Amino acid sequence: MAVIGGSTTGRKVRWTIVDIAIVAYALIPVLWTLSLSFKTAESQTDKKFFPSEWTFQNYRDIFSTNEFVRALVNSIGIALIATLIAVVLGTMAAYAIARLDFPGKQVLVGVSLLIAMFPQVSLVSPLFEMERQLGIFDTWPGLILPYITFALPLAIYTLSAFFREIPWELEKAAKMDGATPAQAFRRVIAPLAAPGVFTTAILVFIFCWNDFLFAISLTSTEASRTVPAALSFFTGASQFEAPTGTISAAAVVITIPIIVFVLFFQRRIVAGLTSGAVKG
Amino acid sequence: MAEIVLDKLTKRYPDGALAVSEVDMKIADGEFIILVGPSGCGKSTMLNMIAGLEDITSGELRIDGQRVNEKAPKDRDIAMVFQSYALYPHMSVRENMAFPLRLAKVDDATVKSKVEEAAQILDLTQHLDRKPANLSGGQRQRVAMGRAIVRNPKAFLMDEPLSNLDAKLRVQMRTSVSKLQKQLATTTVYVTHDQTEAMTLGDRVVVLRGGVVQQIGSPQFLYENPANLFVAGFIGSPAMNFLPGTLENGQLSTGLGALTLSDRVRRLAEEAKAPREVIAGIRPEHFEDANLMDDSAKSGGSTFTATVDVLESMGSDKFVYFTVEGEAATSAELDELAADAGSHELSDSGSQLVTRLSASSAAAEGHPVDVWFDADKVQLFDPKTGKNLTYAE
Ligand SMILES: Nc1ncnc2c1ncn2[C@@H]1O[C@H](COP(=O)(O)OP(=O)(O)O)[C@@H](O)[C@H]1O
Ligand SMILES: [Mg+2]
Repeated sequence: MAVIGGSTTGRKVRWTIVDIAIVAYALIPVLWTLSLSFKTAESQTDKKFFPSEWTFQNYRDIFSTNEFVRALVNSIGIALIATLIAVVLGTMAAYAIARLDFPGKQVLVGVSLLIAMFPQVSLVSPLFEMERQLGIFDTWPGLILPYITFALPLAIYTLSAFFREIPWELEKAAKMDGATPAQAFRRVIAPLAAPGVFTTAILVFIFCWNDFLFAISLTSTEASRTVPAALSFFTGASQFEAPTGTISAAAVVITIPIIVFVLFFQRRIVAGLTSGAVKG
Repeated sequence: MAEIVLDKLTKRYPDGALAVSEVDMKIADGEFIILVGPSGCGKSTMLNMIAGLEDITSGELRIDGQRVNEKAPKDRDIAMVFQSYALYPHMSVRENMAFPLRLAKVDDATVKSKVEEAAQILDLTQHLDRKPANLSGGQRQRVAMGRAIVRNPKAFLMDEPLSNLDAKLRVQMRTSVSKLQKQLATTTVYVTHDQTEAMTLGDRVVVLRGGVVQQIGSPQFLYENPANLFVAGFIGSPAMNFLPGTLENGQLSTGLGALTLSDRVRRLAEEAKAPREVIAGIRPEHFEDANLMDDSAKSGGSTFTATVDVLESMGSDKFVYFTVEGEAATSAELDELAADAGSHELSDSGSQLVTRLSASSAAAEGHPVDVWFDADKVQLFDPKTGKNLTYAE
């Protein structure tokens, strides 16, 4: 017993060390940014982890400019709309892929995989030209459209994995109980697929929220510039001063919605919701 | 309450597999029909066609005289109990059972009373607010039954509803299913793989093989008068013994020696134009320990002596196994049955014989014993077609 106990303690210690190392590796840059955002302009380069003098000036600065507030509104609006549309379309497509046998199913799956793998950089110039022709350059739809395109494969893959987990017989049972296909989907399948839908929504939202490439290439004014793009236009108080403090403050601010989003939906991602559906 | 008629019902899956072939059947109002057969013979497919979950390739399905081929499941007013129960995991027991009523837009008060009534019948009252995940197998099974009975459907379809329960619970549920069906008097089609369920539950049994109906009849009739080798081998546990034999002038020679057939059997065999080479079938209970019988009782049969391989004493009687010298009986039907049971006959020196002797028999493993069997109970089959040559209508 003692030997076994000793080895488990040893293992626990080892795992704890590994865990701490990983968490530290992931969190130190974040904490550093947080620290920078609370430092005064003069102490930005003092190489201290904790600010010697705490200040909210950076936050006050970014919210006092129209530039950042406007970008924040664009970011939230564009990411939410793109997420909503991608998840709704993805749900329907994934359901069809998981459940139905239709001609060209493999082709559809292959094409969506292809889109996910396509290097986005190579599409930026054609998209720029096309959007200018169509008159949607530097508008919300101009960003929402490519976001949906690139988020859909991700959404379809995540969701079809979830749909495959739901026993087929539940749908047959609903049909036998008198449900129309739409009722069966809405009252039986959708509630069970909810964890998958929320997981997908989080992933898609983060993808849209973090995008820099399209945001910088397909926007030109505050009309649709999102925060990641707007950050690159920040200037220091003077020509000789780097805008490190304000960029850090903005970076902290745009992390908050993601944390909120994840925390909010995490409660709904109840693992094993389908347990008890079948067998004894 | 409904009469269900299957008229040349056929199912061919898109991949070309013929699952059900030209099934003709008339299920009377209130009747309890059992579908049996080895796995893959098309039982579920047939049930799903009646339910409307699978399209009908050809033929007609009529419920109460109306063609329903094109009707959606919800318009057929039939309830189904699935092998896996298929309970909605996100709903409580109450909501599960109320689901069909809610879809039918029944008012709240009626839903409540109907669900509570069903829960009462199925002894689920104290579990109404629990989720399926927190129920035992037997309770889940009852919820599935409850969901089927709440809305008084025209018919119940059950696809191996008890096969996921352990043996003891299965016996218990079997009797409650039987009682429930009698109480509700609703037309029921019940699919099973289980011998006992097939023999005890239904009014009539339908034996399927490769999508083709082999025989339809009451369990007792099928047991006593199987139409062919397949039904003979499938119905009954332990199964009927099959021995190759030669028929000559009313004499049957098998691995058990020569036997004079009874007049009844001989006449039937002659009418059926029995060939010389036949397969003889004898049920285990038609054997008896010869030492327990007086000579007059033994006159209608034949006695042989063999060494006991294995003896299983069941208390009420003894199952005694022997090896019969000579070739084992072979036919496509018997091979299929053996494959389904997972028992491939390995011995090449004869076949195994199962007999059921009285508990007072003195038979002992490794010792010879005299065994008598009833000549009038021997059934003869054509090895080529599998047809029962002694079939008495
Ligand atoms: N969806 C399907 N597509 C093609 N063949 C199928 C399908 N479902 C069942 N089958 C075939 O039809 C036959 C009957 O199947 P099934 O009705 O499930 O048998 P059972 O319920 O008697 O075990 C089997 O040979 C099976 O392989
Ligand atoms: Mg089946």
